[in-house]
Amino acid sequence: MSTREAAQSPDLIKHTERSAEPLPAHLKRLENISVHILREAYANFESLCMLWSIGKDSTVLLWLARKAFFGHVPFPLVHIDTSYKIPEMIAYRDQLTREWGLNMVYGENRAALEAKETFPDGAVDRITCCRKLKTEALKHTLAGDWPRYRFNHDLGRYETDPSTDPYTGVIVGARSDEEGSRSKERYFSPRDRSSNWDIAEQPPEFWSYYKTDFAPGTHVRVHPLLDWTELNIWEYIHHEGVPTVSLYYDQGEGTRHRSLGCWPCTDPISSTAKSTTEIIEELNSGKLRDVAERSGRAQDKDDGGGLETLRRDGYM
Amino acid sequence: MHIVIVGHVDHGKSTVIGRLLADTNSLPEGKLEQVKERCRRTSKPFEYAFLLDALKDEQAQGITIDSARVFFRSALRHYLIIDAPGHIEFLKNMVTGAARAEAALLVIDAQEGVKENSRRHGYMLSLLGIDQVAVVVNKMDLVCYSEARFREIEAEYREFLESIGVEVESFLPVSGMAGENIAGSSQEMPWYSGPTVLEVLDGFREVLSPAGLPFRLPVQDVYKFTRFGDDRRIVAGTVATGSIGVGDEVVFYPSGKKTRVASLETFPPSENGPAPVGPKDAVGFTLEQQLYVGRGQLACRADEPSPRIGTRFRASVFWLARPAMVPGKEYLLRVGTTKVPVYLEEVTRLVDASSLAASTEATQIGRHDVAECILRTEQPVAFDIGAELTETSRFVIIDNYEIAGGGIVQDALSDDQAWVRDTVLLRNVKWERSDISEEERSRHYGQKPALVFFTGAGDSRKKELAKALETELFAEGRATYYIGLGSVVYGVDADLKHRAPDSQREHREEHLRRFAEVAHLFLDAGMVLVATAVDLTESDLATVRAVLDDRPAFVVWVGDAVTTDVGSDLHTADEESDRATVTRVRAMLEEQAVLPVV
Repeated sequence: MSTREAAQSPDLIKHTERSAEPLPAHLKRLENISVHILREAYANFESLCMLWSIGKDSTVLLWLARKAFFGHVPFPLVHIDTSYKIPEMIAYRDQLTREWGLNMVYGENRAALEAKETFPDGAVDRITCCRKLKTEALKHTLAGDWPRYRFNHDLGRYETDPSTDPYTGVIVGARSDEEGSRSKERYFSPRDRSSNWDIAEQPPEFWSYYKTDFAPGTHVRVHPLLDWTELNIWEYIHHEGVPTVSLYYDQGEGTRHRSLGCWPCTDPISSTAKSTTEIIEELNSGKLRDVAERSGRAQDKDDGGGLETLRRDGYM
Repeated sequence: MHIVIVGHVDHGKSTVIGRLLADTNSLPEGKLEQVKERCRRTSKPFEYAFLLDALKDEQAQGITIDSARVFFRSALRHYLIIDAPGHIEFLKNMVTGAARAEAALLVIDAQEGVKENSRRHGYMLSLLGIDQVAVVVNKMDLVCYSEARFREIEAEYREFLESIGVEVESFLPVSGMAGENIAGSSQEMPWYSGPTVLEVLDGFREVLSPAGLPFRLPVQDVYKFTRFGDDRRIVAGTVATGSIGVGDEVVFYPSGKKTRVASLETFPPSENGPAPVGPKDAVGFTLEQQLYVGRGQLACRADEPSPRIGTRFRASVFWLARPAMVPGKEYLLRVGTTKVPVYLEEVTRLVDASSLAASTEATQIGRHDVAECILRTEQPVAFDIGAELTETSRFVIIDNYEIAGGGIVQDALSDDQAWVRDTVLLRNVKWERSDISEEERSRHYGQKPALVFFTGAGDSRKKELAKALETELFAEGRATYYIGLGSVVYGVDADLKHRAPDSQREHREEHLRRFAEVAHLFLDAGMVLVATAVDLTESDLATVRAVLDDRPAFVVWVGDAVTTDVGSDLHTADEESDRATVTRVRAMLEEQAVLPVV
């Protein structure tokens, strides 16, 4: 089934039953730390938002936010729509927005899309396309200089958001084990005013005291999932019954997506795992241990393997 | 399990880890090839340390700038290895890495021997409470695997560790470069029959928080999210120690206010009722009575030993920032979720972390120094002392928005308001609350309770202004009352007056305390109280604030001549009209959310 055909599939979201057993100790520990960090972020930063890329990691992050704040998510969720996201993901985004009453906001680089300055249009290489459709769009959406579209629950659709105040605190689902540069991150990471990442100046965090004081005007990234591995994410999804996009599972073609991005640059892997249990088994079996999680993401390879340049310019 | 690996720069920590990952087949296949290929491309000889140097910057400098997390798995369990840099410039990053660890590997270069950071890191590990340490003597290939050299280093370092009270699990001779004794037993060192690095890691015990400690929860926040018709008021935070259940009586410090736990909240709500909460759990609960609770308070159980409360304490401090910690400068202290201004009052003993020479002459704490000192905070904080409860004795000091240092409270010292605070604490503990909450009263009167204190020199127009304010507020329909200190002196304090008719000055502190208790009653009743006093000092105000708990108290200094050190919120000059002053005070009360904006 091609990704386009999958969009019409009725089994858009895979729901697993929430386990009646208490969480295994190692997951409970990770959950406690993530919840603590989310609560610290909310207590210390005013214009906070959470990036939701609709992938498994940021959905677990969203789930943790609902845990932290007892069913509420007291800040907007922001999605950067490149228009090349696998269509199922958008539908899944909107379904959960309705079900959970989320304050959902999306942004996009309309100018680049209309001028067709993208990789699928053959105009630019992958890195430049990411920079335009993701990095630039993210910067300007967060700053409030480009239009934002907010879901209106009364009307049941998106409308232009009248609020253009900048989001100065951003919660992101980055994990240490994903790719090289992410393993140097901190839970609360300052960016300077122009959203660039100054590697050598990271502040210390110890004894559960995170750096939550920042000079006025500093933009902050919060990373509650830093210590989680790919396996932990799936174990958590399995135990908690977190709803996930069906593309992560084999639909019968013998392939599944291990990492989800824009469809022109995301390749599936060969796998027959059809459920969370099977994915966990697959991860534990060692079959994928020698293959980096994002190995299906073509743009990583193009940037020296570490997404460093994009990272420095404010990419996630 | 979290392990940190420390040691002097270039002693080979990164090589040891890189080798460990490679020899246990823990690397994704792509990774090793990718790095080897990059080395080929840039004509650099491959080194196992490069596996950790994910940052492009670092490959140029050849050292790790920051703590990198590395995931790895032995047959026994999962590990998170935190690689901490050795370069003195990045000591603060090392503290970050070490602080999350349950055990440590300390690497020493066999050829270079024990160096400055070998000692400094050993000391820091002990200060941070990491007591499972294995010393890895690396680069044994460079000393021809000599047993004599290994024993020499072991003897020197063991002596140092004994002097700082650190026990070491094992000393291992290894070569990260050659892979000797890392994952597999060494062929080159038949004289050594101890464990390999891998075996030592698997031998570390998991650190568990003792279950019998008193309940301590630093309050992170109180949530009242009203969407979906939710009217719960949930106190949220992460349990530092101990546990609590529904029906237990909880006390909040430093105020001493208490009530019972009405419910434990979880999301999604569990059918069988919430699971019991324990140390490290992120929790939320509701209270039977609506107390004023906010971020920064410490929740404890009424039936367990209480924490210390004070504004002065003796502490061990280690300093990380470039500018030294100096007396007279205002910093911020964070203990639990409290954040208050703090001053360095005095350095009692400075310890040079590498030579451990102690000096009693120092007046400031320089970068990388460790000192015993006296700290003084502006407001009372709740804490425990290190010997009794480590978790809640740990604090950090903020300078210029950065975590500049950290420390452990060793002892609480007395201060001027200590006695008043103790009586207030007892009062709060004994206070019988009515069924009407503060919020209900606030809604009813359309205002928040506050004290407006008019003060100035003897002949200033305090009384006139105070009465004018009361009249104005009363006309608006506010619940307000005027009270002069003198009324209290002859009323409630008649016994004091009787005992010493001419010494109002002598009993000033007690007059003030009694007045403040009377004021507290008015404020608890929801009123805006307007009061006057002659020559109110900063110390007087501190006493009043201590008694009033967290209720707002504003000081208006009347008259050009300022005769005391009290910090005032408003200053009104002699020529200003009463009308103008009253308007200004009213505006201030609106701005401070005491009165609604009209």
